[in-house]
Amino acid sequence: MSATHATAATNSAGNPSAGSAPSGNRASGRGDARPIAFVSAQALRERMHEAVNDPHLRKSFRGAMDFLMAKRAAQFPDESELDSLRTLSEGIRQYSLSKLPDLLEQLEANLTRNGVQVHWAADADEANAIMLGIARRHAAKTIVKGKSMVSEEIEFNHAMQAAGIDALESDMGEYIVQLAGEKPSHIIMPAIHKTREQIARLFAENVPGVAYTDNVDALIQIGRQVLREKFEQADIGLSGVNFAVAETGTLCLVENEGNGRMCTTVPRVHMAITGIEKIVEKLEHVAPLFSILTRSATGQAISTYFNMISGPRKPGEKDGPEEVHLILLDNGRSQAYADEQLRKTLQCIRCGACMNHCPVYTRIGGLAYGTTYPGPIGKIVSPHMMGLEQTHLLPTVSTLCGACGEVCPVRIPIPELLVRLRGEAQSKPHDNPVMVGQGAGYSPLVSFVWRTWARIYASPGNYRIFSWLASRFRALTPSRQSGWTAARTPLTPAPRRLRDMVRDRQ
Amino acid sequence: MSATRDRILARLRASRPAQPLALPVLDAHYTPRARNETVAERVARFRAGIESFHAEVHLASEGDWPALLAGLCANKGVQSLLYGADTPAGRRLDASAFAGTTLRPWAGEIEGLKADLFHRVDAGFTQTLGAIAETGTLIVWPSEAEPRTLSLVPPIHFALLDARAIHPTFFDAMRAGNWAAGLPTNALLISGPSKTADIQQTLAYGAHGPKELVVIMINTEGDVQ
Ligand code: SF4
Repeated sequence: MSATHATAATNSAGNPSAGSAPSGNRASGRGDARPIAFVSAQALRERMHEAVNDPHLRKSFRGAMDFLMAKRAAQFPDESELDSLRTLSEGIRQYSLSKLPDLLEQLEANLTRNGVQVHWAADADEANAIMLGIARRHAAKTIVKGKSMVSEEIEFNHAMQAAGIDALESDMGEYIVQLAGEKPSHIIMPAIHKTREQIARLFAENVPGVAYTDNVDALIQIGRQVLREKFEQADIGLSGVNFAVAETGTLCLVENEGNGRMCTTVPRVHMAITGIEKIVEKLEHVAPLFSILTRSATGQAISTYFNMISGPRKPGEKDGPEEVHLILLDNGRSQAYADEQLRKTLQCIRCGACMNHCPVYTRIGGLAYGTTYPGPIGKIVSPHMMGLEQTHLLPTVSTLCGACGEVCPVRIPIPELLVRLRGEAQSKPHDNPVMVGQGAGYSPLVSFVWRTWARIYASPGNYRIFSWLASRFRALTPSRQSGWTAARTPLTPAPRRLRDMVRDRQ
Repeated sequence: MSATRDRILARLRASRPAQPLALPVLDAHYTPRARNETVAERVARFRAGIESFHAEVHLASEGDWPALLAGLCANKGVQSLLYGADTPAGRRLDASAFAGTTLRPWAGEIEGLKADLFHRVDAGFTQTLGAIAETGTLIVWPSEAEPRTLSLVPPIHFALLDARAIHPTFFDAMRAGNWAAGLPTNALLISGPSKTADIQQTLAYGAHGPKELVVIMINTEGDVQ
């Protein structure tokens, strides 16, 4: 498990494992999930249905989420410390965002001074093209990857594969998921949906010369052996970034396994990719953010490694990459930035706590959402990356229970943003929208029903007339009431209104 | 793609708040929570922390740590120990003889050493810049003399720590050393041997980095158990 930006995407076909592209299977038997094209209502419903009816999946997620919630809680025995740390972390993220364009320029200047090459990408295609260019220049055949959700977001593996370059995941969870031809189902623990036995079979079938074992230590040692060879041979290492520090020009990476250090240290070239929002001004700002990140994410006081990279190998140094590149990716983030309320989405430090505490995520798992980032954070960030045409249903996949907002270490008001996004998705399309795809979920009928409802409930006179009619003509209430009656008895108005009964008693 | 750069920056500039928010005050969080602890308490806290992450801690004195390291190497069957020669600790090792362990000072660039590093070296030895009591964490700043892979590739990492350099928190360590004024190419916090819980949340040590982390702590004040 490593903590970088994370998420899960599955193919739109519904069944996560059906997404493996056979053509992508190399000698090692790996496949790559097909890129996401569209989150159709139909596919989303089918996937959710399938997920809730899969008892193994339900058990895996329930168990894992209970485990992670308990571990997080144990890290914060002191309410007031948590409260103070959240306020500080929120303050740092908001401060950084308030200076974002300046900090990006400062970061670029300092990284450049340190010898790091900085690139800017508006979207996935540009980011992939930049990295492919770097890979081609070095005639790279293999890229070994540390955990990076942004690389998932841009379908990096797929783009490299199409160009004949092997992009190999080296985080144990990502490696497992890649072997299975799937996508990560959690931003921190990518293989959380898989049981030990499933992984054991996967290794036995796909790793040459490996006999079946479901001993976890043995399985990890198998992964270690396979991947060590790759670290040694790979031409390029790729990583994400947890925090980029503007004042020093430093890229910070959080991880437990050591694969992130391998990817950023052993190959001759290191490419790092990050969203433009993951920036802080002062080095000391990473101290509280790092602490609240690992404690919120996996309930660890600290991760095994905190890796701060400020440049390529200097003359005289004996190891480390000769070239370091940073790709700064927008991909919809500047759209979120443009609106004061939606900007809060960018405070995220990708800890995954919101999904661990989400009753919907716990029941349907990470793959059902069909987006790279699942769970509450996925629902508020994906609409900016993919547009509302494809994602307008996502903000409705929520009970608005508020658990996500309550645990978010940087206090993103996720439920509030979900309501806002529902509004953006379902309001009548208008000129000058703040979001691409505004109004994609607009339905004249639904809109008419709610407008009428509002008119009735906002005026005592209207309400009196409506309730009188409803109670007198209750026999006419339809017995099938859309989604409501799928699992419940129909709603029928009472024969007498409260108003009538009160009058009787006076 | 400087056109992209300019477009992104222009877009952000067009919508950023007119005034940046006030700089957050970190001291307001850390100062009231500072512990007035003795060095011994701090050392104990560091030790409990890093041991909970499966690291071993051994106490030594300035005079006898090479002998202690030799003993540990013998116990663990370390046949080849790689270290950076051109450091104070490295010079001590240069002058030592380990029975049964070949002492190998790092020589040349990694390109010439990769195969040995990955397949033949049993342990790497590094100094540390200090440590963090709050979490049980070593601070390692690799250098020309002590390359980054020493603490990463060999299966065992031996780390030499001066107990006086243990800071209460990460924040304190950064402030005390004025890290913001300049960081090395690579700076590391290390809290135990590499690990993963990616298979059914079952913790397994020895993921991709060292399988063992062994801390040799020089405790000049001698007040630690
Ligand atoms: S939205 Fe908050 S809780 Fe969710 S991943 Fe981001 S920082 Fe963590």
